Amino acid sequence: MSEAAEHETLAAFTIGQRGRIVGFDLPPEQSQRLLEMGMTKGSEFEVVRFAPLGDPVELKVRGYHLSIRKHEAAGIRVSRL
Amino acid sequence: MTATAPQVRHVAIAGNPNCGKTTIFNALTGLRQRTGNYPGVTVEKKVGRFHGTHGEPFDLLDLPGSYSLQVRSPDEAVARDVLLGRRDDTPRPDVIICVVDASNIERNLYLVAQLLELGIPVVVALNMIDVAEQAGTVIDLAVLREKLGVPVVPMIATKGTGFVELKQALSQPIPPPPHCAPMPEDIEFEVLVLADKLKVRADAARSEALLLLTISDRAHLTEAALGDAALVEAAAGARERLRAAGVDPVAAPVEARYAWIQGVCDAAVRKADQPALSLSDKLDGWLTHPIFGWAAFLGVMVLMFVAIFWVAQVPMDLIDGATSSVADWVKSRVPDGDFQSLLSDGVVTGVGGVVIFLPQILILFFFLGLLEDTGYMARAAFIMDRVMARVGLHGKSFIPLLSSFACAIPGIMATRTIENRKDRLVTILVAPLMSCSARLPVYSLMIAVLIPIASVWQKAGIMLAMYLVGLVAAFVMAWLFKKTLLKSETPMLLLELPPYRWPSFQTVLLRMWERGLIFLRRAGTVILALSIVLWALLTFPKPADPDTTPAQAIAQSYGGRMGHAIEPLIKPLGYDWKIGIGLIGSFAAREVFVGTMGIVYNIEDADDTSEPLRDTMRNEKHASGRPVFTPLVCLGLMVFYVLAMQCVSTIAIVRRETNSWRWPIFQTAYMTALAWLGAFVVYQGGRLLGFQ
Repeated sequence: MSEAAEHETLAAFTIGQRGRIVGFDLPPEQSQRLLEMGMTKGSEFEVVRFAPLGDPVELKVRGYHLSIRKHEAAGIRVSRL
Repeated sequence: MTATAPQVRHVAIAGNPNCGKTTIFNALTGLRQRTGNYPGVTVEKKVGRFHGTHGEPFDLLDLPGSYSLQVRSPDEAVARDVLLGRRDDTPRPDVIICVVDASNIERNLYLVAQLLELGIPVVVALNMIDVAEQAGTVIDLAVLREKLGVPVVPMIATKGTGFVELKQALSQPIPPPPHCAPMPEDIEFEVLVLADKLKVRADAARSEALLLLTISDRAHLTEAALGDAALVEAAAGARERLRAAGVDPVAAPVEARYAWIQGVCDAAVRKADQPALSLSDKLDGWLTHPIFGWAAFLGVMVLMFVAIFWVAQVPMDLIDGATSSVADWVKSRVPDGDFQSLLSDGVVTGVGGVVIFLPQILILFFFLGLLEDTGYMARAAFIMDRVMARVGLHGKSFIPLLSSFACAIPGIMATRTIENRKDRLVTILVAPLMSCSARLPVYSLMIAVLIPIASVWQKAGIMLAMYLVGLVAAFVMAWLFKKTLLKSETPMLLLELPPYRWPSFQTVLLRMWERGLIFLRRAGTVILALSIVLWALLTFPKPADPDTTPAQAIAQSYGGRMGHAIEPLIKPLGYDWKIGIGLIGSFAAREVFVGTMGIVYNIEDADDTSEPLRDTMRNEKHASGRPVFTPLVCLGLMVFYVLAMQCVSTIAIVRRETNSWRWPIFQTAYMTALAWLGAFVVYQGGRLLGFQ
């Protein structure tokens, strides 16, 4: 718990903010897919924009654009840059 | 085959989605490609032949676009099994071409890292180097080749650059990859233990063991181990030991591969420090803007439908004219009698009734291909995801539903991109509720009966209302199915938003051609058979008395008797037995309704715009003198056609895609019940409110 408390989740980020992946609180199938898309521990990301209805969120990871829902974003522990 | 014939080498082409794999496949094989199915499963298999620089033949197998070898859909399971040499019907490839998007090299190299583990020779086709250069990315090819240990061919597939070099690379002997991403020690150890238990070829064992080790879900593990219980236990045990040692078997191999990729890229790739905001980024600022994004989205949808419904009108009228000319020609050449009637009223009219939808299908696929190839499709899913998530679906379900506005068959085929089985089923179940083009003739006829001198706006208004009824029904039913029968979590969204690109017209046109052929072949055969059956039902048995009027003849035909038989069922909807015949005929294909009404009301030219049919129907009275087609009957009938499953081709494709009769039967039952209920509410509810 102490570790989780130290970090925010990606869901708290707003447009233009950048951060680094710390870990996942997601089912293993889901975290594995995010990892395979390049969201490994320590990798950087930037919140690019939100869809017109506020969800999903568009991220820039490893130089490309990936979109995930806020629901999953809330399960990604991150640190701010 | 003679002994001197050169041996065909089997090449598989793999790559991430949006890396230009299809463009390269099409450029290599041209029209020499065949689309079929893998035996026993409903996964599409695309193969093509091409020749190397020395004329040697290659068979090229198109693997589904994928980010990883970890299996998440039936398509990917087949791809994995082919690569592991597990399928008897498809030889294990001699070489794999892995297409890599140079402008997105890090993530694309992940699949390369996995392919290198297979032990099969790999050629990397480094595509879109022009895009990478524009973004300021410089790739040192010599270093990349050395680090990967395999041939790397720079390409710009859309401009035809690099194909000669690719073929040259394939013509050389290629050794198996000398190295791949090193795994943490604990993992390497468990992989060795597990590989020992595998009954596969030695060169695939490491890769297969790694795949088994990283599957967290028991059901998937059993599937991947081909039901081998001992192997499942061994893999589960290995996972336990790793976890006890503090190694995450799910994350560690992925992170090891990315660490290796990082090393490769640090040496071979130099990126611009401050990448400029690209044109694509600026475009996205507008196209996914909270206000302009919707306007653009609506604009694209409207443009597509205008093209489908208005532009297609010209070729459709031509086909319609040609059909009648052929029917007339048959009548003038073939002597009067049953055979002439079978040919002109059954075969020609029936087949013509299907071919007439070809222009709409082609235009739809042209647009879908264009949207896909430019990258806008991903934005449509991005924009619509929130709406789809409300009913428990995925942004990706939006495209199949959209396609179903033209025809449910391509729509249902498009559900293949949905990974989760339950979500795919829900999408298939509701797709035919979207008003397809075959409903148009029915709507047109009923609107003409309802309001003979309707203005364009009235027509469009009623038409739009019918589309909305279908759309709302689809969303409500999807929500209901997700809550009950196919209960599951709203699936995870992982959507890549690739940069916008100019479309490759060859890719778009080939896709359009391919889908058009499938439509013609499938729908054509089914409808042809049905037209003959319907014709026979309405022609036999012949009345004994030669003076019987055609109307009486139909009443006592098999079809007429069936209409009488279902009359009690449809009476609460305000229909008589003649409409019943139309409904029975329509269960094969909706558009048959217009033709059947024509035959039933004994009008020679049963075209949907013909004045006489519309007037005859307006003047049709019950025995009591009450008109048959009151406004409520017309509206109820339209609602019935919105909601009912009346298409044998769709039933057949659902059977094929779900691999069982259970789902098409369930779908037909629920939609028919829904249609009856809808028509009942309109008719009886309307009467309660004092309407006619």
